[in-house]
Amino acid sequence: MGRLRLALRFNGWALLVVPGLAFLSVFFLVPLAVIGLRSVTDVEGPSSGWLANYADFFGTDVYLRVLGNTFWIAALCTVICAGLGYPYAYLMTIVPQRFAGLLLIVVLVPFWSSPLVRTYAWQVLLRDTGVINGFLLKSGLISEPFPLIRTTFGVLLGMCQILLPLMVLPVYAVMRQVDPEYTKAAANLGAGPFTAFRRVFLPLSIPGLLAGSLLVFVVALGFYITPALLGSPQNTMISSLIANAIQQRADFGAGSALGVILLVVTLVVLIVASRLIRFRDVFGSLESEL
Amino acid sequence: MTDSWRQPRRILMLGLGILTAIFLVVPTLVVIPMSVTASTTLTFPPEGFSTQWYQKMLTDPSWSNGLAHSFQVAILTALIATVLGTLAALGLVRGRFPGKGIVNAIMLSPLIVPLIVVAVGMFLLYVRWKITGSLVGLVAAHVGLAMPFVIVTTSASLRTIDRNLEMAAQTLGAGPFRTFLRVTLPLASPGVLAGALFAFMTSWDEVIVAIFLGTVRFRTLPAVIWEQVNESIDPTVAAVSTTVLAVTTGVLLLALLVRRRQSAQ
Amino acid sequence: MTNGADQNGALVLPPALVLRDLAKSFGSTPAVDGVNLEVRSGEFVTLLGPSGSGKTTTLRVIAGLTTQSRGTVEIGGVDVTGFPPYRRNVGMIFQNYALFPHMTAAQNVAFPLEMRGVSRQMIEQQVANALALVRLENLGQRYPRQLSGGQQQRIALARAVVFNPRLLLMDEPLGALDKKLRDALQLELMRISRELHATVIYVTHDQEEALILSDRIAIFRKGRIEQLGTGADLYDRPLTLFVADFIGEANIFRGRYQTEPSGGWLVQDAGRWRVGSVAAGRVDLMNGAPAALVVRPERIRLDAEDVAWSSLSNATAAVVTTALYLGSMSKYELRLSEGGTVVVRQQTGIGGREYRPGDRVSISWPIADGLLVADAD
Repeated sequence: MGRLRLALRFNGWALLVVPGLAFLSVFFLVPLAVIGLRSVTDVEGPSSGWLANYADFFGTDVYLRVLGNTFWIAALCTVICAGLGYPYAYLMTIVPQRFAGLLLIVVLVPFWSSPLVRTYAWQVLLRDTGVINGFLLKSGLISEPFPLIRTTFGVLLGMCQILLPLMVLPVYAVMRQVDPEYTKAAANLGAGPFTAFRRVFLPLSIPGLLAGSLLVFVVALGFYITPALLGSPQNTMISSLIANAIQQRADFGAGSALGVILLVVTLVVLIVASRLIRFRDVFGSLESEL
Repeated sequence: MTDSWRQPRRILMLGLGILTAIFLVVPTLVVIPMSVTASTTLTFPPEGFSTQWYQKMLTDPSWSNGLAHSFQVAILTALIATVLGTLAALGLVRGRFPGKGIVNAIMLSPLIVPLIVVAVGMFLLYVRWKITGSLVGLVAAHVGLAMPFVIVTTSASLRTIDRNLEMAAQTLGAGPFRTFLRVTLPLASPGVLAGALFAFMTSWDEVIVAIFLGTVRFRTLPAVIWEQVNESIDPTVAAVSTTVLAVTTGVLLLALLVRRRQSAQ
Repeated sequence: MTNGADQNGALVLPPALVLRDLAKSFGSTPAVDGVNLEVRSGEFVTLLGPSGSGKTTTLRVIAGLTTQSRGTVEIGGVDVTGFPPYRRNVGMIFQNYALFPHMTAAQNVAFPLEMRGVSRQMIEQQVANALALVRLENLGQRYPRQLSGGQQQRIALARAVVFNPRLLLMDEPLGALDKKLRDALQLELMRISRELHATVIYVTHDQEEALILSDRIAIFRKGRIEQLGTGADLYDRPLTLFVADFIGEANIFRGRYQTEPSGGWLVQDAGRWRVGSVAAGRVDLMNGAPAALVVRPERIRLDAEDVAWSSLSNATAAVVTTALYLGSMSKYELRLSEGGTVVVRQQTGIGGREYRPGDRVSISWPIADGLLVADAD
């Protein structure tokens, strides 16, 4: 019997994957396949042919602009989160142990909190009749409400707050693995603290920065809640188009096609990034910091 | 890195860090004072103090049903995702089969696929199967989203277990099932428990799929909030939001405690 | 050999362990390559060899933790080849103790009894006995992390013997301990295995340990048993150069064998050494075959440079290069006039004098004390 097992290259443990895999396939993967299917079967409107929905997309200026805007917003988020997240993660590595734990909790609670609740809080803060404007009006600094909501600024504020933990966690995870002996050795060899940082620590922490950036960018591409609540029609993102097609217009074909496009774009970004980034940095940080 | 903290560079970094921390946490906290305002609108600073909005949350069926449904879905999701995820983690860590890398990637894919796309697909499919607006549909959807977290934490836990322990158990007379029950599972339990808590939080806070799959008859709290958040300035939303935040924070701290206990072992 | 009566009518027990043509390959590399072994009930047999020689793999096959590619394993006369480890009724001890960290010492020891459905009171009784056997009666409530290395290994031993297994397997159990502790536990292991009349299969790479503990030793090399015998067999009558070199210290003269009617010569470029007839008869080499002459350091005498050499000895002139005084004896390294070095051990106080580096001496050993082996590599 042992010989048979060897020949099959399986062992008993392999079977345990089956229930979870089956469940996932039925309730998660099949829906994705359905989208692909409906995008080519549900064709309405003047155009015909099974790629009509896609042709519609690439033929409509507005849609293409929305796609471009989605990339733009996602890129902005990535840059902002990198700018804020990297120093924060670095701070976590140099403070005493107790404070590092506290700083970690400050990152983890937002990570797990509902993005809807957080976006709602931003609404309350940024509305014309919201907290910030209320404060500014009451103190007489301005005479009319300052537009904060329904601006790109508002969207970025909301999105970055939600995405920042996704940047901090991988960066921190990689930074933690950098042996402090390296920078000490550099100091020993005559490098000033800033040089030691720039020439030794920084290069070693880049993989974390790349992993975090990838994570933020990819998640930002598909963001729905925050842009929908805080954004203006000018900075519509592709997710809003999808939701609109499905919920408002019941144009399932168009909505599915848009979904496929978003999915493909995400995959392409991941594939391109896989040349530069070690994925275990992305998942490894989840494991160690979750 | 033991040089003085009084250097301007250090102070700058510390200041930036504190500002970032404030940015991460404080804006969200505004819902707390809003939830206890006595007035019927969301003005700041809140006027008076009243717990009426919490009472409304518990008595108004549109809110209280959502609350109850959220708990039901989250608990069931945690249970099912933990069972399936733990088995899968065992299979992935201990198993030997061709294509393991691909299977691993598939099982973790919910973490990276855009939720809006998933939500639409589920909506289109579950409508056909007539499980939208039901406990079954929402749990089925959320289990898929939560499983990766269980797999990640449980795998990490399993990998720390010394294989010799299981071999020793076998030489002492324990078959595979009893070895799992008496040795492997107890030693992996912190990871499994943490995974269960993460699965709960994933379901509890999940918005997009909840919006698409929820109907007035059966939906979770985020779907109710979504409906209300654009239309009204009802402070009940603030009370509900605070409740949601409180539960998440509580469960998260529990999970962190479990992880702390594991690394102490 | 099966159950039955011997020629005197007395009951003969089946051997505790029989390995027949055992082999195990991982991929294309054979880790164990044709091992045959028979162990009597109550014997302490050590599998000795360098790392990678197949001894640990053999042990794991006996335990059932690995399945062999070829051959059979019989425990107590029963072919257990198809049996999983939890049905072989063998006790096993690991180098890193493998105590369950989430159970107390007593719970660890009780585990195999629980697996066998023993009643609560019986378990308590037997656990207490086992703990008393390893002299740790009062530490039952401690967790493994609260115990020292030596204590943990003793608990592991208690756990492995509490259910009266037919066989005790030990995989380098003392490897993780420091010297003093190792020596103390060696004696404990011997005492306990004697007390239990246990059959023990012990794996180690430490030949001193093997010599101290074992009734018989199997020298492993490249997946096969090169020689099986008592410590004295292996030390005084090694069959191969590898065994001669592995057990104890050895001076080795390599060259070609030249036959003579009685005994022969070991011929090297710079000269030749006489080989005794007993030594020659033991291995039966062909004329001209590559061979080695092995002489143990304690068999070599040091004398003044100009002493007359007996015709019953091999002798030559040498210069002392290193002299180590070790209390009860001295150890010398010398360079021979023909080239090559030799190690000599001389007990203090037997009458020999102490030498210093640079002294010119003559060394000699009785021809009969030289061992002849084939030099197959």
